Amino acid sequence: MDIKEDQIPMREQDPGERRKNFKEVPLGYSKEEAIEEANRCLQCDPAPCITGCPVEINIPEFIRHIREEDFQGAIDTIKETNNLPAVTGRVCPQEEQCQEKCVMGRKWDPIAIGRLERFAAEWERDQGAETPKVEKSTEGKVAIVGSGPSGLTAASDLKKMGYEVTVFEQFHQPGGVLVYGIPEFRLPNDIVDGEVETLETMGVEVERNTVVGRLFTVDDLLEGNKVDEYDAVFLGTGAGLPWFLGLPGENLNGIYSANEFLTRVNLMKAFKFPEYDTPVKVGKRVATIGGGNVAMDSARTALRLGAEKSMIIYRRSEEQMPARDEEIEHAKQEGIEFHLLRNPKRFIGDDGQVKKVEVVKMELGEPDSSGRPRPIPIEGSEYEIPADDVIMAIGTSPHPLVPRTTSGLETNDRGTINADENGRTTKRGVWAGGDIVTGAATVIKAMGAGKTAAKDIDRWLANGKGWRSDLDEDREDE
Amino acid sequence: MKKILKKTKVGTGVWEYEIEAPLIAESNKPGQFIILRLHEKGERIPLTIADASVEKGTITIAAQSAGKTTTELNDKYGEEDYIHDLAGPLGNPSEIENYGNVVTIGGGVGIALIYPIAKALKEAGNHVTSIVGAQSAEKLFYEDKIGGVSDELIITTDDGSVGRKGFTSDAFEDVLNERTIHKSWAIGPVIMMKVCSEVASKYDTELIVSLNTIMVDGTGMCGGCRVEVGDKAKFACINGPEFKADRVDFDVLLQRNQTYVEEEKCALDRYLEEE
Repeated sequence: MDIKEDQIPMREQDPGERRKNFKEVPLGYSKEEAIEEANRCLQCDPAPCITGCPVEINIPEFIRHIREEDFQGAIDTIKETNNLPAVTGRVCPQEEQCQEKCVMGRKWDPIAIGRLERFAAEWERDQGAETPKVEKSTEGKVAIVGSGPSGLTAASDLKKMGYEVTVFEQFHQPGGVLVYGIPEFRLPNDIVDGEVETLETMGVEVERNTVVGRLFTVDDLLEGNKVDEYDAVFLGTGAGLPWFLGLPGENLNGIYSANEFLTRVNLMKAFKFPEYDTPVKVGKRVATIGGGNVAMDSARTALRLGAEKSMIIYRRSEEQMPARDEEIEHAKQEGIEFHLLRNPKRFIGDDGQVKKVEVVKMELGEPDSSGRPRPIPIEGSEYEIPADDVIMAIGTSPHPLVPRTTSGLETNDRGTINADENGRTTKRGVWAGGDIVTGAATVIKAMGAGKTAAKDIDRWLANGKGWRSDLDEDREDE
Repeated sequence: MKKILKKTKVGTGVWEYEIEAPLIAESNKPGQFIILRLHEKGERIPLTIADASVEKGTITIAAQSAGKTTTELNDKYGEEDYIHDLAGPLGNPSEIENYGNVVTIGGGVGIALIYPIAKALKEAGNHVTSIVGAQSAEKLFYEDKIGGVSDELIITTDDGSVGRKGFTSDAFEDVLNERTIHKSWAIGPVIMMKVCSEVASKYDTELIVSLNTIMVDGTGMCGGCRVEVGDKAKFACINGPEFKADRVDFDVLLQRNQTYVEEEKCALDRYLEEE
């Protein structure tokens, strides 16, 4: 058999050009390219790639459909387990999931599964995707709190099962981190808007500007107090609370959380100020602290807003960076400077405005609790990096508003909600999934959690609503 | 979409809006705020809830033309018009109890927020002294409303065109000289709150301030609203907006509120030119 060792590359916007715009960077496969890439697949049985996928897409089958030019068959196969392929085809870390398990990858390039998934989703979109028909009507009302990846997935699955579903979103635009966090050049917002529109056409109610925990509580939803009564509630409220380092000078002007910076740009469209009313300020030199995808997104966004120099400051080395390889690669191509093994010690300002970051050089020691080598400061190695803006992209915590205002809902010391493997919490009738349970993780894991919870909610509603969570052995049995 | 039912001019450049929002009206407590976005291209801005009626299903907000959004709201939005997005109530409510003698101080547009707090304190059985201050008589508003829920009302204007000539902080000091005050609130321009805080410290009495900061989401996600309280960064939206005045670093607040001064001016100038 003729083995094609290399992946078919995906065309991308030229780095020199794209650093000046917010248009998407990878341009997608053509039909011919997709078929050629699909032809590389060995069609293993059993297929290890499926075990690498958090929602267990039947990967060889969808690839076989592409090979046979049955693109409808391909998208149908994907959508059996994944409601948002246009999203995951773009933002999933395939290199550490399905593609990591790919047999081809042991010797050559793994199959570009993510790119093929994206191709299938794009193909469907170009055809004008049909809205799934919901003919069934099942008794039961479910409230979904939060419209990020887990909430959208749970809402869609439950609607397809025939339940009445209402999604409550605190922002004016649904999509959660997909619209406020991930930049347009990685995931255009209109893709997410399209998915939400589909949900609404299917009959899911989406209530915007609704801050659960303030306007009404989860208890109110279950009791029908102030609002309609719901049989079950799914919490997908995410990890939205930004961390700061607590260092001197951190409240100087020009220091943003990545959440604030990205929300201004992505959700509020500050890159179009003053056509849009929300401003964002970017000086000549921008330093982003952190080494994850959010740090890459922030640094690349700063560049597109006109920064002459956009830097990443990270306390470990490139090997330990949590960001996807592709994102690091894209950042480098665009000219982002990497200051590795550096940790900020304080921020120095002038007249209230940040001007410099004092950093200390680090070296790597023994592995710490995360399994990565512990960064150790090298005494006396401090120096200053000039910066007009600093973006803190060092992580986020679960959003505390809903856990704090819901009776009987247990959280742990990291602020995440305790939930069993089906997403059941310690409160009867309440499920949770996504970052609010795991802490900040991936879009696909959150979608998987939404799916699992939807199935369990269905089981529960169909079987007389007895409550037993694995978290509480003493609770009444089903 | 939220409908404006009634629009009333209450002072120079200050308008009051009664907005249909039954759920917010039911959940709202004194001291809380909303965030609104006028239209698709609008900015999200926080505005305090000045009043709410569960019977009518309405909330009342007051806006003083200052930046682009408040100017546009006051110029262009009238009865029967819709505000594209409005979310709330946000922030923690004021802690209302029967403390004994209390003082509520409102300056500028902060007067709007003092009203529900004074009203709730009065209903809780406190002896309420309210001090409202403005630059001049025509900028003053709500004085009758606040007078109606207070045992005593003191008006101050910078130019003396009505009430006492001087600042609210001067009147506050006089009240503290006269009798024991158990707790006070001051809401208004940062500099007014800062001076009131200095007065309160001098008399060793507890003062609460409500901080109006830069804010995007209003639910703890952006951190733009962070202020230094007791040497720690706190988020005004979820830890506040009310804080004990003696713990607040007002200079950091003043500095942070300057972040977008140029952009705010640019947006307002551009808007005024287009009109």
